[in-house]
Amino acid sequence: MDSGIVIFVSLIYLLLLFVIAIYGNKQLKKGSSIVNNPLVYSLSLTVYCTVWTFYGSVGRASEQGLAFIPVYLGPTLAAPVIYMVIRKMILISKKLHITSIADFVSSRYGKNTFLGVLTTLVLLFGIIPYISIQLKAIGLSFDVMTVHKSMNEFWDGSTFYKDKVNYFTILLAIFTILFGTRNLDPNERHEGLIAAIAFESVIKLISFLAVGIFVCYILFNGMEDLFSQAALNPATNKLLVLPNDHTSQSHWFWVMILSAFATMFLPRQFHVSVVENTNITYTRQASWMFPLYLFLICFFVLPIAIAGILLLPELTDSDTFVLSLPLHFGYEWLALLVYLGGFSAAASMVVVSVIALSIMVSNNLLMPFLLNTKTAKLDGYALLSDRLLSIRRIIIVVILFLAYAFYQGVSHHFSLVSIGLISFVAIFQLAPIIIGGLYWTKANTKGAMAGLMSGFFIWLICLPIPTLAESGLLGKDLLTEGYFGLHLLKPYALFGLEGYDHISHACIWSLFFNLGSFVVVSMLTSQSVEEIAQADFYVNIEKYVGSPDMEVIKREASVITLKKKLVRYLGSSKTRTVLNEYKGKTEVTKNSDNASPEFINYVEKILSGAFGAASARLILGTEIRQEPVTLEKLHEILNQTKEILEYSQELEGQKSELQRTGLELAEVNQQLKKLDELKAEFISTVTHELRTPMTTIRSFAQMLDKKEDLPTETKKEFLSIIIKECDRVKHLINQVLEVEKIDITLDVEKKSCNLHKVIHDAIQRVLPLIEEKNIDLKLVNDDTEKYLPIQEEKFLQVMLNLLTNAIKFCDHEKGIIFIRVDQTSETDFITVGNNGKVIPEEFLPRIFDKFTQVKDGNLAKPEGSGLGLYITKKFVEQANGQIHVISDIDQGTQFIMKFARS
Amino acid sequence: MSHIKKSVLVVDDEVNIVTAIEYILMDEDVTVFKAFDGEEGLLSAIQNKPDVIILDVMMPGMDGFTVAGKIRENETLHHTKILFLTAKGTPEDKKTGYGSGGELYVVKPFDNDILLEKVQELLSY
Repeated sequence: MDSGIVIFVSLIYLLLLFVIAIYGNKQLKKGSSIVNNPLVYSLSLTVYCTVWTFYGSVGRASEQGLAFIPVYLGPTLAAPVIYMVIRKMILISKKLHITSIADFVSSRYGKNTFLGVLTTLVLLFGIIPYISIQLKAIGLSFDVMTVHKSMNEFWDGSTFYKDKVNYFTILLAIFTILFGTRNLDPNERHEGLIAAIAFESVIKLISFLAVGIFVCYILFNGMEDLFSQAALNPATNKLLVLPNDHTSQSHWFWVMILSAFATMFLPRQFHVSVVENTNITYTRQASWMFPLYLFLICFFVLPIAIAGILLLPELTDSDTFVLSLPLHFGYEWLALLVYLGGFSAAASMVVVSVIALSIMVSNNLLMPFLLNTKTAKLDGYALLSDRLLSIRRIIIVVILFLAYAFYQGVSHHFSLVSIGLISFVAIFQLAPIIIGGLYWTKANTKGAMAGLMSGFFIWLICLPIPTLAESGLLGKDLLTEGYFGLHLLKPYALFGLEGYDHISHACIWSLFFNLGSFVVVSMLTSQSVEEIAQADFYVNIEKYVGSPDMEVIKREASVITLKKKLVRYLGSSKTRTVLNEYKGKTEVTKNSDNASPEFINYVEKILSGAFGAASARLILGTEIRQEPVTLEKLHEILNQTKEILEYSQELEGQKSELQRTGLELAEVNQQLKKLDELKAEFISTVTHELRTPMTTIRSFAQMLDKKEDLPTETKKEFLSIIIKECDRVKHLINQVLEVEKIDITLDVEKKSCNLHKVIHDAIQRVLPLIEEKNIDLKLVNDDTEKYLPIQEEKFLQVMLNLLTNAIKFCDHEKGIIFIRVDQTSETDFITVGNNGKVIPEEFLPRIFDKFTQVKDGNLAKPEGSGLGLYITKKFVEQANGQIHVISDIDQGTQFIMKFARS
Repeated sequence: MSHIKKSVLVVDDEVNIVTAIEYILMDEDVTVFKAFDGEEGLLSAIQNKPDVIILDVMMPGMDGFTVAGKIRENETLHHTKILFLTAKGTPEDKKTGYGSGGELYVVKPFDNDILLEKVQELLSY
């Protein structure tokens, strides 16, 4: 393919990435972030898959079969643990405005400057070669794309301007600068960039899957065909077997460990997973989406490798199989897509890594140095943040130049994978002090320095130096004779440890010395007050989350000096915005001498965000007076804070419980109020009901008393009215007492009532009335022995009420009353009916209320208290029964009771 | 002066009270009409145009205060005096009673003589 086309497509693609990034930033300003979702977050994490994955996996698979897998299997198997650690790192980093892994380490160990420097150096050593292989791969893929084509003579790499990689590097530098240093965000978030990275991740996956499908279904007749052909060829057959020798197994083991840690601690991984995280809950989805992506991108690796060996000319570089296969068979558009996929893999890795490194270098390497110079101390850095941006840009260019130089000078001696793994071992040196820092409060600065330095040293002598020797850049006898000619110090068999591959060997010894010195020194030395405070914060982050800033160490500063510091280092306009965002605005305007701990923390966090924790500490060092605290006192404070936290969490729980109780109380109160009202109403009704017969009695008695000339007949009539009214009063009083009983009766007695017996008792009592009125009483189905779950006494009262009611209301001429017992498998029904007048429909709903009496204009008021049916209903309901009334011309009036059978 | 017989309407849902009042007024030269609830009372008032109405308050359906209000709205019952005879004895009840258009208010249980006096007083207007 003509190199002009390839260059053109590359430029168009970069332009597209720009557009996406700009769109991402614009959407953010509009308030509808496109990166604020779990899918984009997970996709951005796959910046893990670099060209090493894209081209290198196939290269490795074509030489060693399944050996490419552990790099993906490690993070997959460890995913739950990894996302637990990442969650903790996010919580801590968001709370402290931490923006890089070096800052994360330095902040944990007492905001120690030197440790920040050391971490940054380890990472620079580890990552620059790694970046260089990305550049190398871009160049390589470009070569493959344009082989034997017009402009190729120009790109002979003989001079700087004739090397295309140089131009790619410059392009990437521009891209990085444009989107990594647009402005100085104290949180170091770059949403537009993340949008572009996520897009690149999609292109990576799609293009790789496209090649896989092309190989399996166009070059071969499916997977089955491909693997059966592979089995026939000895060169490919050996790729299909899992290695079972000790060396390979230890290699698998260590590479899985390395890659699991790399997904957490690689600067670019820390940057996308922690610094750019918009919502901590996304880690949950990422914990399965990320492994899924790894699985998909690994799926066709082996088939492509096999196809490359079987179908391509013998001397084809296996690292380029992905690209060579479509090219060789004339699928140029597919090759172009693959080229873009590889370009995406490289570009995203380079851009994010360089941004992450530049933050570290500026905040942890350069700033402490600049702040210590005399000029800085004297006149400070007005508008330092503007300078910081320029500094960042320069750093970006320098890092990329170093990577380019490494590529030019050294990298052609190595395969993609070997440099990647050497980088991983360097990153691995951070594992003990970070994991220790997160879960072990005793881990201290001295221990961390000892561990990191010894680990880094072992890494140097076991991997990069002998690798350089292998390539002939150093004396080759180092490998056979050992350092200083000592056989015990052979770089690949340190202290006589043999039988391991180089990576495992380096892992074992570096971990041994790193972890060993870290733990031993931490145990033997003591922590400073600040370290203890930070250690407690890291290890017990849960207790600080969601709580206001706690003042572990008492610090004092005046508001005005803090503001001056901000102006000096951020510039006045930035300071204004920052102060406006601070919640306690009144404090800021007051300029008091004693700034609150919240304000001190706020200023410190803002400066940390811009310059790193260690630098912030240097800037504020002289302005904040720290009250001397003894260790005992500090431990006491920390325990107290813990207790306070536990207490406040407990309080929180109690608060919600209180709220619930409060609600319940309000409800009860409401009920009580209603009860009160009901009671008042009841009393007023009862007194009224009592006054009425009293009135009659008094009036007639007075007439008897005063009017002596009344005829005997009339006197008799008056007396009988008086007697009747007296009975009415007595009845009313009895019923009121019954009503009172409803509320106070405790059902301790056995609730069982012989239905048959009670019905007959009730009938016995009302029999005189029935006979007097000549009523026809019918009993239906009453012969079986049956028991109801209600007290006998109460049910007798119920039956009496219903019967007297029926007697009162049944037809005056030909009265009929019936009592019927029915049953289903679960329920007993008892019905008391009569053939009296139909009760008006509007009365039915109120018939069981207190003092409701059905009145009929043509009749005198029926006798009764108006409480009978109320009492009846209450008694039935107290026994978990139900009572209903129906009344119509066909059926007369029927009261139907239901009781569940026990 | 031609003698026109005065009339009294007794409205109460308690039959015995109506009976008692009938006896109390027996010696007076008045016609007694009887009604046993509010609506019946109102109808009887419009029909018979009594000079005095003895009106209970707590009755099923229309209560006494409402009946009084309706009577006061009726042009043809201008001359009719209303006497509330009720168990409701609180000052608020009395206020409502006078507000609804009653002339006098007697609380149950009552003294026969006092009731008679009051009715005579109203009849003398």
